[in-house]
This record gives sequence, C-alpha cells and structure tokens, in this order.
Amino acid sequence: MKKQIALVLSVLMAAVPFSAFAGETEAAAEAAAPAGGAVIADAPVEADVEIPSDMKFGFIFLHDENSTYDLNFINGAKDAAKALGLSDDQIILKTNVPEGQECYETAADLADQGCAAVFADSFGHEDYMIQAAQEYPDVQFCHATGTKAHTEGLDNYHNAFASIYEGRYLAGVAAGMKLNEMIKDGKITEDQAKIGYVGAFTYAEVISGFTSFFLGARSECPSATMEVTFTGSWYDETAEKEGAKNLINDGCVLISQHADSMGAPTACEEAGVPDVSYNGSTGDACPNTYLISSRIDWAPYMMLMMKNTAAGEPIPADWTGTLASGSVKLTDLNANVAAEGTQEELDKVTAGLEDGSIHVFDVSKFTFKGAALDESFQADVDTDEAYTPDTNVVSDGYFHESEYRSAPYFDLNDADNSTGIDGITLLDTKF
Amino acid sequence: MKNKTKNGIGLHIVKRDAIPWYKAMGIRGLALLISIAVCAIVTWALTRQSPLGVMQTIFLGSFASTRRFWVMMQDLSVLLLISLAMAPAFRMRFWNIGGEGQVMIGCLATAACMINFGKSLPNGLVILISLIAAVCAGGIWGLVPAVCKAKWNTNETLFTLMMNYVAIQLCAYFIIIWESPKGSGKVGIINQKSHAGWLPTIGKYKYLLTVIVAAAITVFIFCYMNYSKHGYELAVVGESQKTAKYVGISVGKVIVRTMVLSGAICGLTGFMLVAGSDHTITTTLASGRGFTAVLVAWMAKFNPFGMIFTSFLLTFMSKGAGEVASNFNLNESFSDILTSIIIFFLIGCEFFIQYRIVRQKEAK
Repeated sequence: MKKQIALVLSVLMAAVPFSAFAGETEAAAEAAAPAGGAVIADAPVEADVEIPSDMKFGFIFLHDENSTYDLNFINGAKDAAKALGLSDDQIILKTNVPEGQECYETAADLADQGCAAVFADSFGHEDYMIQAAQEYPDVQFCHATGTKAHTEGLDNYHNAFASIYEGRYLAGVAAGMKLNEMIKDGKITEDQAKIGYVGAFTYAEVISGFTSFFLGARSECPSATMEVTFTGSWYDETAEKEGAKNLINDGCVLISQHADSMGAPTACEEAGVPDVSYNGSTGDACPNTYLISSRIDWAPYMMLMMKNTAAGEPIPADWTGTLASGSVKLTDLNANVAAEGTQEELDKVTAGLEDGSIHVFDVSKFTFKGAALDESFQADVDTDEAYTPDTNVVSDGYFHESEYRSAPYFDLNDADNSTGIDGITLLDTKF
Repeated sequence: MKNKTKNGIGLHIVKRDAIPWYKAMGIRGLALLISIAVCAIVTWALTRQSPLGVMQTIFLGSFASTRRFWVMMQDLSVLLLISLAMAPAFRMRFWNIGGEGQVMIGCLATAACMINFGKSLPNGLVILISLIAAVCAGGIWGLVPAVCKAKWNTNETLFTLMMNYVAIQLCAYFIIIWESPKGSGKVGIINQKSHAGWLPTIGKYKYLLTVIVAAAITVFIFCYMNYSKHGYELAVVGESQKTAKYVGISVGKVIVRTMVLSGAICGLTGFMLVAGSDHTITTTLASGRGFTAVLVAWMAKFNPFGMIFTSFLLTFMSKGAGEVASNFNLNESFSDILTSIIIFFLIGCEFFIQYRIVRQKEAK
C-alpha cells in the first residue's frame, strides 16, 4: 500500500512540471507586427450592413484573457460584436486552443454549430485553419498573423495583420526625443545614446518591429544605436527581465520589447531606465519609466469579417490594417517621462505616415552591410521551405512592408556578423 | 470492551473479503452520479444556471454532433491504448510511469520518417517504416529502464519518469530543426499537400482507424494477460519474485520482455497520433495522457475491458467539463475544477469497494 501511495504521489509530482512545461512551449507562437499598404489592404469595409440576428461567429484563442496577447484579440471580438449590435449568443469564444489538431477540431466544431465565419489568433493555428477551410467551403476562415492565404488559393481562407511597424516607428520617435532630452540634460553623451531591445525570436515579424522602432528613434536622434537580445519565447517573464537587465548593464539607456510579459518593463522600473512597452500601457505598474506603447486594435478587421460575411462580399486573402483604418494604435503617452513636445511631434509624423510623405522603410534612411537597398532587392514573401527570396519589394524609394502579404517580411539581418541594418547589433539569435 | 471504538462515533472500517462485480459497478455508478450532482451544484452556485442544463451540457460535450462523438471516441481510444500498455507492467508490479515519454518518442520517430522519407518513398512504404520506427523507439524507451532494473535493481519509477523528460527534450530539439517557418517554433502539419505518410481515412472521419486499433489491442492484451504463458509468468513475478525464481521463471527476462511490450504499444499510440490524426509534432502531443493512463489502468484493476469503461468516463467528463466552461463563459480553470471533482469521487469510491464502514455494536 505504501508503495502504491508513493506511486500516486510520484505521478502527481511528475504531472506538475509537465503542465508547466506545456504552458511554456504552447506560448511559442504569438505574433504581432508590421503591415500596411496598398496592394492588398484596400478592401473596403462594407458600410451599413445589417447582421442577421441568427448569424454566428466563432473565435479561437491560444490562451485566455490572462495573456495580454489574447486579451487584445478577445477585446477586439467583443468590441466588434458590440459595435454591430450582436447579441451574446452570436459570438462563440473558444480559449486555450493549442496550435495542433485541437485547433482543427475546434474550428470544425464551430462550423458544425453554424458559425458563418471562424477567426483564429495565433500563428501556429494556420495549418489547421486551412485544413478546416478545405472541409467547409461555405464558411469563412480568418487567421491573424498567418502567411499562406495569398498562395493557398482558397476562396474562404484569409490572413490579416496590421501595419504595426508604423506604430513602432512612432513609438521610436517618442524614444528618440527622450534620448535627445537625456543628451541635452547632460545625462548621456551623443555616443551613449544606445537603445536595448528584447525580442522573442530572430524572425521577420520581430526584425521588422525592432528595425522600424530603431528608424523612428534615429529620425529624431541621429547618433542612436541599438542592441537586440532574443529570449526564444513569446512569453518568458524571467528571460525577458534578465535580457533587459543585461542590456542595461551593457550601457543601454532606453529599452523596448517585442515579447508579451512584464519582464522588461519591470526591470526598467527597478533600474530607472525609460521603457517603451508593447500591446498596451504598463504605466500602472511602471509609472516612473513607462514612456509609450503601441498595439494592434483587431476590432476593425473583425467588423470587416462580420459585415462582409453577412453581405456575401469577399474578404480579401490578405488584409493589412493601418493607422487610417484604426488598426494601429499608440497608447497613453506618459507625460511624466516623455520629452517636451513629444505629442506634437507624434501628431506631425502620424500625419506624414498617413499622407505618404514619410515612409518607415525609406531606403535613403538606412543601409545594410554598408549599402542602401536597391530595386533588385527581393524578400521571401511566398512561404517555402528554403526561405527563397521571391518578390521585389523595393520601389518608389522605400521597402514595401506588408503590401505583398499582410504578415511582415522585412527580415534584414546578418546573423554571421551579428548585425541587423547598420546601427543595430544582435547580441544573440534565437530560432 | 475489546471492540470499543476509540473515536467515539461508533463507526469503524472493515476490509471487504470480496464484492460481487455488480455491487462494485453500482458503487462506481453512484459515485459518478454524486460527482455530476456536485458539479451541477458548484456550477449553479457560480453561474446560476440550472443543474439540469449543466448536466445536459456535459452530455452534449461528447454527443452534440457526429464529429464530437468521433473526436471523443478518438481521445478515448488513445487513452485506452496507453492504459493497455501500462497494464502488463503494473500486473507485474513494475511501476512504469514513463508512458508519456514512450508515446512521445513514438511520435518523434513517426514524424522523423514522414519528414525525411515523405518526398522520396511511396506512401505505403513511408507508413510501414514509420510504424516500425515508432514501435521500436517506444520499445527501446521501455527496454532501457527494464534492463537496468533487471541487472542492477534500479528504481523503475524514477527511471521511467526521467525517461519522459529525455523524450520530450528530444522532441523539443527536433522541433527546432524541423520548424516551419524558421523562428516560429512550430512544425505545422507535416506533408499537408502530399499527405505522404498519412494513414488512410476510413469513412468520413479519420478517427475510426484509431478506434479499430484500440479495439484490437484491447482483445490482444486481454488474451495475453489471461491466456498466455507470458501473462501467467508476469502475474507470478508480480505476486512474488521468489516464487517465480523457485518455479524456474527468469525474472529479469520477464521484466525486460514485458516492458518492451509496454513501450512498443505506447510507440504504436504515438504512431497513430502523428500518422493517423494529428499529422504534426509538438512537445505536448501526449498532453499528459501517459499519466492519466496510470489512473485509468488502476481504476479498472488492470482489466482491459474495464479500462474501456474508465477511459470513456474520463474522456466523457473532460469533454463535458470543457463544454460547460465554454458555454457558460468560464475559462479552462473551471473545467479543471469540474474534472477534479469527478476524479475525486471516482477514486474515492474505490475505498468503499475495498472497505466497508460498519456501525460499532456496543460490546457489553
């Protein structure tokens, strides 16, 4: 009997670290980054469509509301439903759906329940959404952050993203002005204007994000440089905090991040280093260092999905939300931390981005391995196993991010020499 | 005075000699009903939904549509397969809690074959190679702790447990090598376009094949444990190793042979998961079922046909709990609470099958 008890105990003890391990690895495919152009993004949202009161929409989320990443989507779904006057019965939310067979089963189950459209929020859901889309041709399947819709050739499968690189550029502008203020106050010299960045993976979405942030900062503070470290996880509070601390010890005077925990903001608050966060304000927890944050608002896309489905209009294979469509938002500039005149400058740059007089990836503004990109430059837009560059993405003097597909593909980095574009140093890489 | 109870409430516990099977099932059925009632009360207290509605929702979790029924049958079959793999070793009193790792290494072997041979070899051959690789890999994962136990009398509980982590870390390592796209940390659906190495679909849903395999293995394990020489030998080893030695059974050989069988069936389960239903590999593919299987096997007293019932019960309830959580806008934690209430009663009732409580007669 004793042995049996010991066995039961050891099974229980074994199960605990296992479930912790599971949580960590399942978190590994959240996304969020840049997008925003003409070729694929200009599908209009149908105006004044009445959604039938018996039409239902299904939503699949990787985690529940405890994850800031998923909370952002859950709020988007609820906001869209509210804006269109849907009842609670018309949206079915499925949380904690892993990126595996369960995603297909949940999507198919939602279709069985009569949903006219099904939405999934995590990168790793893509293959399973495609599988369900093939089986249910009359149901619309929409997937955030995916890359395959434009090559898959399915009428009812769609990708969406937002030009969050514009949001990060603007956040970078606020950061650059903060650096200027620190130089002016004599806290640092021009050469010491080094930014630190905690990223999740060495992956196009993250590279596009930190490069746009850096370009925004350097548009204000020309001497700015940046160091990037990767955690290898979308959510790892300890690693993100450690990463931020290492950057600060390495002489970085301002920190930003592309990972989902409070790790980096907390490290900054403890060290008194200004911080640009992501996916929403961290001002409550870090009142003395939080500067500004950018995020994607998914409600506009979800409304498009609902209205076009109800009207029987096609949903574009790729849709990129922009500043103008209300998909890219800057949140809560912290006046206690920001440099004087930041808001005015942000308004000016926002207007420039919207009217096309400013482009984030203006090839005259940055170099890679000492040279500017020219029009022969190709990026890997169509997903393939060898990551072959296949599409010319530079024209009219700028890199057209998120215009040939919604998910970002700006991935300029030279891992062998530990650099991004000139001015950015990669301390490590994590794939 | 000698029978006077010490606790003063006049009750005491007596071990039952034997209990007719219908009475045992009756107690289990009663426990299930009570657990559903408690779930209904807890849900009502938190959400003010009618208890009947909650019970109906639990039922709908598995039976609302044909697809749900088949998904439930598939999950049941996978759990049953792993439980069946546990049974012979447990009967031998070899505490194998490495089912999780044995399944995962089978998954890994299958995925490796599908990825590496998917383009170059014909489909039938890929499936055959995957099957052999998975069964061997699982078998090796059972063999290693068994040999160490037979030779050096190492602690098999710890050893099989640690083997789980080795298997899972190996999976994590290869997922990074195979990930697509680079940096995403996901393998995605393997051979989504070519379907190379995918098991054929029988009927409308791809779940039927796993069910058939589970049914066949159930019959096989039942015969193996009850009517074969091997089955008899492992039962003798389980009862007393000394007796086994005395009658000329090589204990080490029986341990190794039985564990290889356990591991091989787990490997087969991994093969069914990757080639049959999921077509991908993640570190959580076995999702703790290697441990749940211990519970399933134990609750059924290692009777293969009993395990059909216990694995149905656990699958049915977890599907139901998930449906309650999602229908009433509660999160996953709530379905965990419901599942634990049910498991609490189901395990608790075993006590009343083993023992009975009698009222103390006042001894004069």
